[in-house]
Amino acid sequence: MSLRDRRLLLHTSPHLPPQLTTPKLMLEVFLAVAPVVVASAWFFGIGALLVIGAATLGAVGTEWYFTRPRGSTLGDWSAVLTGVLIGLTLPSGLPLWMAFVGGVVAIGLGKIVWGGMGHNLFNPALVGRAFLQAAFPIQLTTWAPPGESFFSIRSELLALPLMHAPVDGATAATPLAMMKFENATPEVMDVFLGSTAGSLGETSALLLILCGSWMAFRRLYDWRIPVAIFVSTFLFSGLFYLIAPADYPAPWLMLLSGGLLFGAFFMATDPVGSPLAPKGAWVFGIGIGVLVVLIRLWGGLPEGMMYAILLMNAAAPLIERSLQPRVFGRSAKA
Amino acid sequence: MKGALDLPTFPNGVHPGENKERTERLPLERMPFVSRYSIPVGQHIGAPAKPVVEKGQHLRRGDVIAEPGGFVSIAYHSPVTGTVEEIGQRRGPNGQFALTIDITADPYSAQRFVAGSAMDVDSMTQQEFVARVQQSGMVGLGGAAFPSHVKYAVPEDKPVEHFVLNGCECEPYLTCDHRVMVEHADAVVRGTAIVAEKIGAKATHIGVEANKMDAVDALRSAAAGGAIGVQALTVKYPQGAEKMLIKAMFGLEVPAGKLPLDIGMIVNNTGTMASIADYFDRGLPLIERVVTVSGPAIRRPANLITPIGTPIRAVLEHCGGLHEDTREVVMGGPMMGVTIADIDAPVLKGTSGILAFTENETAWPKEYTCIRCARCLEACSLFLNPSRLGKLSRAARHGEALDYHVMDCMECGACSYACPSAIPLVHLIRISKQANREQAARGKGA
Repeated sequence: MSLRDRRLLLHTSPHLPPQLTTPKLMLEVFLAVAPVVVASAWFFGIGALLVIGAATLGAVGTEWYFTRPRGSTLGDWSAVLTGVLIGLTLPSGLPLWMAFVGGVVAIGLGKIVWGGMGHNLFNPALVGRAFLQAAFPIQLTTWAPPGESFFSIRSELLALPLMHAPVDGATAATPLAMMKFENATPEVMDVFLGSTAGSLGETSALLLILCGSWMAFRRLYDWRIPVAIFVSTFLFSGLFYLIAPADYPAPWLMLLSGGLLFGAFFMATDPVGSPLAPKGAWVFGIGIGVLVVLIRLWGGLPEGMMYAILLMNAAAPLIERSLQPRVFGRSAKA
Repeated sequence: MKGALDLPTFPNGVHPGENKERTERLPLERMPFVSRYSIPVGQHIGAPAKPVVEKGQHLRRGDVIAEPGGFVSIAYHSPVTGTVEEIGQRRGPNGQFALTIDITADPYSAQRFVAGSAMDVDSMTQQEFVARVQQSGMVGLGGAAFPSHVKYAVPEDKPVEHFVLNGCECEPYLTCDHRVMVEHADAVVRGTAIVAEKIGAKATHIGVEANKMDAVDALRSAAAGGAIGVQALTVKYPQGAEKMLIKAMFGLEVPAGKLPLDIGMIVNNTGTMASIADYFDRGLPLIERVVTVSGPAIRRPANLITPIGTPIRAVLEHCGGLHEDTREVVMGGPMMGVTIADIDAPVLKGTSGILAFTENETAWPKEYTCIRCARCLEACSLFLNPSRLGKLSRAARHGEALDYHVMDCMECGACSYACPSAIPLVHLIRISKQANREQAARGKGA
């Protein structure tokens, strides 16, 4: 026994440290996304992994370069996650250097210039993708059909920066493009299981629902956001379908196709760009649902998820400020 | 716990590991008398008491040594038979100097307390009763040490609908109230009945968290036939905060800036009730209390009946001392207690626990920036926005924090515990509150 005067640490309460840490959270989100990555390789072959890898390399390299002077922040896993997420929004035949640039822009313009993790207004991965969409509209909308041999590498992948790539023959229309431009209806089952053309991460609705639900179960995001998106998209597009079924796509196809599920589960739920309190989360999700239907049905683009989320990201601080939760023992207005 | 999910509780909050198994089954034991005691006269909330003894004066155990220094103030008594050694400024457990009476115990005294006869509570007026409680030196034993009699001085125009007993003990590690409820359920019920009668309460309830079902059973059988309802509650922190307890048991919210009495309620700690029964039955003032000595760095955990003023060092020695790798000694619970620098400081009336921790339990994870995960909002039982308040505090925008009701925060620490980025949220909020208090004081002075 010794009660010699020892140095005791002094600090303010609480004295029990948090059990959950931000790197653990990020890693868990990362693990929830991993099956989607595997599925993209399953559908699109090794090229998918190369595209995701290039985007991740760009994101991680940029994060490392800019945070290096004050101690790299790679340890929190968020850069890796951003890289993988942007990779999953890209087509499988995208030249790798473009995917890399997407990763660089996502972190550089989407995150670092704002002050790093937690300070950005817009979802970094979507900033990167929006940049690519504006810079390389053709390549970003050239969809390879899934189901080629696993090890076949499309020649565009290896194109040199700023050079014209030799174009590989086979391309396919996404379900949304079919509906919008060809007025054709894709098979619901194909869309659900994933054997349709599209971005790497958006083809298998079933898998996205499973991974998204797992994340909700683990409380990795506010469940209200995806629910609000689904309900508002379904009701809003269903309204038009009821009025003119021949002219408008069915609401269930709206839900299952394109980036809606992927965006709703993995992009809109990024807590940094969404309002903090429950009421705000509902408004935020409903806004995305309405915007995505407006863009898809009347906009010039077949897909509107990216812009819908980015627009609502911009509105999030305003929503949050005007929908502060009621404080205990005070009336709602106070 | 089976069925615990169906039990009432309040919204939000956190549930840290309870860690009560070290001491929850250890019967109360007496801390042996030591040679020297220090009694600061400002241990309670309110004006410090005024010493009424002189250096060298001989005292018997239970003699008054300080009289109340105002209405929100209490008397202090000698915990031992002995001699006043010194009256002066001493450093207390919080590191600040405070007027303290040092008493040397008489080594030849058996330290028996000469019990008085039971007081005739029934014939006392409410005013006499309040004065008596003030003389007994009674404070809330849950930790805040608010003078009990102040709560009992009920104004005519504010009738007491419900008298609520707080047996939550929601702080991890602490089991002092638990053991008192199990071993002295009769005293708890007796004290409760005395107070309920005097404050004119229409109904009486005891709220106990469901990790203390033996206490629930003991209280139910002690209260059998009486009008006291014992309610088990889902285990959650900070249920022991009186506003949370009222929300849990009645679904009512005490308006911000108001007291429970404003909605017809008075909340007291269960341990306090046992001490009140002791005072009215045999004249024993508040000169001892139960202290849970626990934590991974304590060799022999215990629930100790400890005289107020006992040096913490003596308590730790009695409990086998500290492990070599002790890093922190906390007075109170781990969520709201204070770390102490000097283990020669005394046990106070508000000392519910003395906990010792090693690096393992207290190492703080690396801080990251806020990722806006909203876990602090889900933790805050007052529905505040700790994330925003923390950011405003860091930016020294304390005035703006007022718009987000920073002053409503009760500093329970749930937000800091819930934050995956390990941001010291409650500390930042304290800084804001302090800055605003100073600003208000300047405004008054000008």
